Amino acid sequence: MTAPTTETVVVPPSRISTGRLPKGSPWAILAGAMVVSFAIFAVMNAGSPLADLNVAAALFIGMVLYIVFVYVLSLIAESRRHATDRLMTALISTAFVIACLPLVSVLWTVISNGLARMDPTFFSWSMRNVIGEGGGAVHAIWGTLIVTGLAAIISVPIGLMTSIYLVEYGNGNRLSKGITFFVDVMTGIPSIVAGLFIYSVFTIFFGPGIRMGIMGALALSVLMIPVVVRGSEEMLRIVPNELREASYALGVPKWLTIIKVVLPTSIAGITTSIMLAIARVIGETAHLLLTVGVTANLQMNAFQSDNGQMMTLPVFVYNEFMYPSASSPDASLERAWAAALTLLIIVMLLNLIGRGISKFFAPKTSGR
Amino acid sequence: MSTTEKAPARQAPPEGSIKAKKRPGDLAFSGSSLGAGIIILIVLAATAVFLVVQSIPAIAGDADTNPILGGENFWSYALPFLFGTLWSALLALAIASPIAIGIALFISHYAPRRLAAVLGYIIDLLAAVPSVVFGLWGALFFSGFLQPFFATLTDTIGTWPILNLFFSGPVSATGRTVLTAALVLSVMILPIMTAICREVFLQTPKLHEEAALALGATRWEMIRMAVLPFARGGMVSGAMLGLGRALGETMAVTMVLSGSPIVAFQLLQSGNPQSIAANIALHFPEAFDTGVNTLIATGLILFIVTFAVNAVARWIVNRRAEFSGAN
Amino acid sequence: MKLTRLSGIAALGAVAALTLAGCAANEDTTPASSSAPEGSSSEAPAGGATGTIGATGASSQAAAQAALVATFQGKNPGVTVNYESTGSGAGRDNFLAGASDFIGSDRAYHVEELSAGFKGCATDSIVEVPTYISPVAVAFNLPGIDTLNMDAATIAGIFAGEITQWNDEAIASQNEGVELPDSAITPVNRSDASGTTETFVSYLSATAGDVWTYEVGDEWPIDGTERAQGTQGIAQVLGSSEGTIGYLDASQIPADAGQVAVGVDGEYVPYSAEAASKLIENSPLEEGREPQDLVFAVDPASASDGAYPIALVSYLISCTEYEDATKAQLVKDYFTFVASAEGQEISAAEAGSAPISDALREQVSAAIDAIVTE
Repeated sequence: MTAPTTETVVVPPSRISTGRLPKGSPWAILAGAMVVSFAIFAVMNAGSPLADLNVAAALFIGMVLYIVFVYVLSLIAESRRHATDRLMTALISTAFVIACLPLVSVLWTVISNGLARMDPTFFSWSMRNVIGEGGGAVHAIWGTLIVTGLAAIISVPIGLMTSIYLVEYGNGNRLSKGITFFVDVMTGIPSIVAGLFIYSVFTIFFGPGIRMGIMGALALSVLMIPVVVRGSEEMLRIVPNELREASYALGVPKWLTIIKVVLPTSIAGITTSIMLAIARVIGETAHLLLTVGVTANLQMNAFQSDNGQMMTLPVFVYNEFMYPSASSPDASLERAWAAALTLLIIVMLLNLIGRGISKFFAPKTSGR
Repeated sequence: MSTTEKAPARQAPPEGSIKAKKRPGDLAFSGSSLGAGIIILIVLAATAVFLVVQSIPAIAGDADTNPILGGENFWSYALPFLFGTLWSALLALAIASPIAIGIALFISHYAPRRLAAVLGYIIDLLAAVPSVVFGLWGALFFSGFLQPFFATLTDTIGTWPILNLFFSGPVSATGRTVLTAALVLSVMILPIMTAICREVFLQTPKLHEEAALALGATRWEMIRMAVLPFARGGMVSGAMLGLGRALGETMAVTMVLSGSPIVAFQLLQSGNPQSIAANIALHFPEAFDTGVNTLIATGLILFIVTFAVNAVARWIVNRRAEFSGAN
Repeated sequence: MKLTRLSGIAALGAVAALTLAGCAANEDTTPASSSAPEGSSSEAPAGGATGTIGATGASSQAAAQAALVATFQGKNPGVTVNYESTGSGAGRDNFLAGASDFIGSDRAYHVEELSAGFKGCATDSIVEVPTYISPVAVAFNLPGIDTLNMDAATIAGIFAGEITQWNDEAIASQNEGVELPDSAITPVNRSDASGTTETFVSYLSATAGDVWTYEVGDEWPIDGTERAQGTQGIAQVLGSSEGTIGYLDASQIPADAGQVAVGVDGEYVPYSAEAASKLIENSPLEEGREPQDLVFAVDPASASDGAYPIALVSYLISCTEYEDATKAQLVKDYFTFVASAEGQEISAAEAGSAPISDALREQVSAAIDAIVTE
């Protein structure tokens, strides 16, 4: 019988589990870093009341410590390449969390402050003869609907026809290249410049101090047209050429082809891009201040040149904030937040409706 | 049929080319679509022309009777505002770019598929929030929230040699500084930049990514080798578009920033450079006579700058012709 | 969710129909039933007048005008008065161009400007009456301190940036027994052009001209300061940030801010409506104007005898004769209402202005009577 060997058998280390940090270690390191950071701040805060503890700073230092720890630990346990990988993951996740914070903060602030006035009075009263408490924003809601509606009526045909030209008739000629380039540039016009332009034009005909609903609609359409053009152009390009060819082969003239074949196919996408365009411009304030002005009364006539001011939701928010009622400034601030919440709801509804339409009615296209 | 048969001699084309029959409907339709395209060009040109015409009384006119200039030269009035616009926009861009790229990478390469779709919607909803809301939030909540943090900064790194060019005190008591305004602006331009970057990252050829991974690259190395070089043009154009939006943003800056017509690099003090758009929004409601022309002239400067930035961005995008979906 | 909230939302759906019908619940002939200020009599028979008059002008009067318009429209349901806050300068321009039926302005037209010709009027003669007197208060945010005494030189020194600490000798010597903190003073001013700024700066220039050497205008002359937009902006800053000091319309001071008692002629006068109207009463009328053109030459440096020296005097300006007789009648009625005891009370309650004294009201009424309404 052989004597029991005293030498130990060396088992080669498993290549799969060694050389890597254990699973879930980033979370553990995060917890550890937070504990350390809060401990440091608690010690610094010793002797002062608990409310003085700077939570935000503690969280910030915690994140910094996490990033440092995860890099160092990974460097020790794994290789340099893996350490860099974990570091970048940490940084990217941090970037994401940082970006979420303001959004959550904004939404929370608006919703929590705006709910106070989400009552029937707010939606059925204007500010005529209202001093202090009460009052509502129905004149602002109507103003926004009218101005935006008119803007849509002006910009949708022009935008749609332009994109039809670019896709169907342009064939990449110099004019369509120029139009595409300038349309792209126009997406960047600041709203205040559009407002200044429309104001200057109307001052020539009506004199200074003119305020009309249609001016706001025109300024808005200057902002909307490029967005509509870009969006619908994409949608029209998606339509398969085979459909057009089939229509031509049947002897249908080009214009009928566009109206009866191309447009219905892409109508869902076009509607979506129109809704998105409206959602993007409905919240713009600056040009409305210059063109449509401020009033407390309900004004339904967009073409009235004498006392033609119309109140709109973004201007209402701005006005209630800047010039609150002297006897009850809190009531004005409440109205401002409630109007901001209304605006937010309208915009989000438009966004969701637009996406919903595109999802349900979009044509099935192959391989994009 | 034998393929060696000679094809029948081709007939010479008849004299004059054959034209398709022009139907009136076609003419009307193509004419109106062409007209619509031209209307856009006319509107853009008219904007430029009207702005120039209305600016002339301010630039070339008598500065003494101008209620806003009050005897000051127009350029010495306007150029500090141009600096303010560029400074706050560049700050916002510097803050937002890495975060936007980070979020886009997170959505496209790190997050689970379902989560990524939801996150995409949420970021797009952020784009829909009106700017007055950001102004309210910034003025009433964010500036007060940041103020203690600013105070700490001025006391610590504000005393260091190079950083004290930007971070020295005395700190603003209200927190309504150019840094706060830049942070609010960066939150506002994040969605655009994220959307574009996300699109570009998603368009990276899968084969390149797979190849890098097959060679043993870590995820970050794969991104660095395959995704980022491919997306360079898209990222730049996203940055330019974000910059364009930040340059023109009015209401958020008006409500958040405590600005004066100064040229200063300090980020945390009470005196901050004002932007053109905010200045117009502040003074236009009460402006009259050649004061209006002065403000319109500054608006013209803003228009030219945003035009240039957008043109450069679009030119960069157009060079990468194979990239689509770059809205 | 609470039941009240749920039923509220259900009711919301019901009024959605009302909203879509395009009506505003408060824009029928029945006047608004909410928040009629105390002291106003709304039992007067509804006036049968109809028409619309449009005004632009001073934003300092905006709050008062909103309240006055609301009450006036309540009494005369067929009338609409639109007062748009465009600033005094724009208002004066609009009136010259005939774009506004009447205006509010923080200063009257200079005598040289009167010959320019008023396009909206039948003749070149105008009516200018002071109907809005508002004290400009200096307020600060120091927890635990309600009031401080400061003379003109001290105030000027603070806002000029020469006095930078709260426990500076200049302030401490005027406030015996008050515990002043060792912290920095942050002066806050208006970022927009404003009559309030002009009033404050002209006060500083008139009373402390050696400390305050900047020119007088409606824009703050020093760059690089902490600034806020509108009276509301200053109120918000004062209410939230410690160590700040600013000037604003006295009616908008935040609840827990402290106020400065201004040094006048040896004594310290806190702001009050009576003290402000004393300043106007003791001032002479400007020379060289028609009798219905009531313009006072107010000099803060000559304030004495308990008068509060920093006050904004804002005017209502209209034509003496209009092309349209209905307009003339409406303007005359409105001006009469604004200048009446009831109107001034509303203005005081809503905007904190100083009601004009009876003696002044007599002069003002005589001027308003000059508006021609056959």
